Amino acid sequence: MIIDTLALTLIHKALLASALLGLMCGVLGTFVVVRRISLVGDAISHAVLPGVVLGFVISSQLGDPRNPWIIFGSATIVGLISMIVVRQIIATTRLKADAALGIVLSGFFGIGLFMKRSMLDLMDSAGGLDSFLFGNMATISETDLQAVVIVGVVLTTLVLLLMRPFILVSFDSLFAETLGYPVKLLNLVFYTLLTITIVVSLQAVGVVLVSAMLIIPAATAYLLTDRKIHMMLLSMFFGAGAGVSGSFISASVSSANIANGAAMTLVAASFFFITCLLAPRHGIVAKWLKSKRQRHKVTTENALKAIYKLVEPTGDPRSAITINDYQTERRLETAEAKLQLKALKQQQHIEYLDKQQLTLTPDGLKVAQTVVRNHRLWELYLTSQANYQADHVHDDAELIEHLLDEETVRQLEAELNFPTTDPHGMPIPRPEAS
Amino acid sequence: MIPALETHDLTVTYHKRPVLYGVDLAIPEGNLVGIIGPNGAGKSTFIKSVMGVIPTVGGWVKVFGKPLKENITRVGYVPQRGSVDWDFPVTVMDVALQGTYGKLGMFRRVGKKERMLAEEALDKVGMLPYAKRQIGNLSGGQQQRVFLARAIAQDSDLYFMDEPFVGVDAATESAIISLLQDMRENGKTVVVVHHDLQTAPEYFDMLMLLNMRLLAFGKTEDVFTKELLQKTYGGGLTILSEIATAAAKENVKASHD
Repeated sequence: MIIDTLALTLIHKALLASALLGLMCGVLGTFVVVRRISLVGDAISHAVLPGVVLGFVISSQLGDPRNPWIIFGSATIVGLISMIVVRQIIATTRLKADAALGIVLSGFFGIGLFMKRSMLDLMDSAGGLDSFLFGNMATISETDLQAVVIVGVVLTTLVLLLMRPFILVSFDSLFAETLGYPVKLLNLVFYTLLTITIVVSLQAVGVVLVSAMLIIPAATAYLLTDRKIHMMLLSMFFGAGAGVSGSFISASVSSANIANGAAMTLVAASFFFITCLLAPRHGIVAKWLKSKRQRHKVTTENALKAIYKLVEPTGDPRSAITINDYQTERRLETAEAKLQLKALKQQQHIEYLDKQQLTLTPDGLKVAQTVVRNHRLWELYLTSQANYQADHVHDDAELIEHLLDEETVRQLEAELNFPTTDPHGMPIPRPEAS
Repeated sequence: MIPALETHDLTVTYHKRPVLYGVDLAIPEGNLVGIIGPNGAGKSTFIKSVMGVIPTVGGWVKVFGKPLKENITRVGYVPQRGSVDWDFPVTVMDVALQGTYGKLGMFRRVGKKERMLAEEALDKVGMLPYAKRQIGNLSGGQQQRVFLARAIAQDSDLYFMDEPFVGVDAATESAIISLLQDMRENGKTVVVVHHDLQTAPEYFDMLMLLNMRLLAFGKTEDVFTKELLQKTYGGGLTILSEIATAAAKENVKASHD
């Protein structure tokens, strides 16, 4: 094979294997996350241990110690058996999936640990066995790498081929069944692919952290997109990225002695953490900015509304008021009032005639009229359509006035037959006319 | 004329509990049929078993004179809205396209023809402007319309719909019913699980009164009678249910002959 002729160094092998494993986990992980079976990955990774031990024993007995195909094969079979046991527990007892998974996860793992001890004599070397438990790229052999490459290619091809049916079954298996799709077979294929992915990844990251590689890249991708295909590509990217940089860190910072699996998981987790913070729509920072903008908007609108109410009785909405008028109207400290007015000035919502006197700019007037209109329109809507009493509607309108968009306003106006006064007899301004 | 749907002695148990007994039925083509009956009467179970999703323990089903498997592309299905995860990362268009998957088979790629079908279907239910939206951002009524569009894209002759009016706004309800009437005018047969007795006689040409047994099937004006409704909704059949459950627990084969 090409890989032999290249005479790869250990680090190259580790990087290549990690990248492939990252890709595979990324692909299968998206299905795991959207099907909400994340714990199943964890259960399988633990439950395959008896199969791994059995694989070591069988290959030793056959005189071909650590043959990856025998180990992968027997581990996959045991993994599938564990899933059948889970299903049987759910079907025949009153226990639900969580308990069934917990039982199988720990039960099978316990059996595996027991077998590992008691069958030590039947294995030529049990050294490689520990790398399945804790993950160790350094022990990966050329044969192992070949096996990973072949499995990776076959698996990715199968998933691409079955992508559409897989998505359909994940979304609506009932509907898939009514179309005549072989849903049970597709699920069997899916769980087999999932188990193989987990088994193959064990050597790199170990039992405990496999589910991290399976779930974290996919979950990260889920925060970024609403489309399954994009999610899968992103997840592959995060998975491979975590795989490569994880093993690179693990190999190059040898003084720190970071295990490969731990390094990969840490990188994947940082991707997730950064995405949580910075994702454009679902991210924490985006939400925080949005709520900050909203608070700012409310403050501005309330200030302009107060000024509007001061000038409203004069009949000329652009007549002047003093800083003192504003301060009294809003019952503020002098400093606070000045601060608010300064902000309004900066946004060019007001302008000063002299040191004390100020007036709304056309822009400011428009914002003020809009919010007052929203307030009075909403009060009228509540009293006339929703049977509220006129003295019950003010607080609600204080909130809604900042939230109504123009489209809703048009609907309200039409519903109320283009009213001119609110329930308290105050005129409803028309900002467009200004 | 060959009936759109024919069942004979259809019997279903669910988690060992008997749900349907010996349903004999022949629905003539081109009708809008409502299935009504109390909660737990086996309405959803009936359509699921007819569609082969729930195994039957006895009897047979024929669709346009043939076993379901041979005519499966002539049958369309609208599941209950609550049966899927609406946060799933697919768009409105993706879901409508799923309707074409039956005729497409598992491996052929989605092409122009399928896209056209899906777009037309979305247009019919007024959801084309939302084609690119993720399905979680829709209202209940809009989600139901998307499901309906998927069914229309199936381009089937016989449809089964499970409670399409649950949790939808009045506008959607009347849009759906006029859509169903259109389908009937085009010769389709539509069988709808319905829970609202008030609107049932107004919506459907024919009614199935179901409560574990098929109590009546026929033209709405013939079967929507006080007497038959009382029989369907009255408690008379609880004893049948209890005894059958007890029998199932004792592993005695429940006989319904």
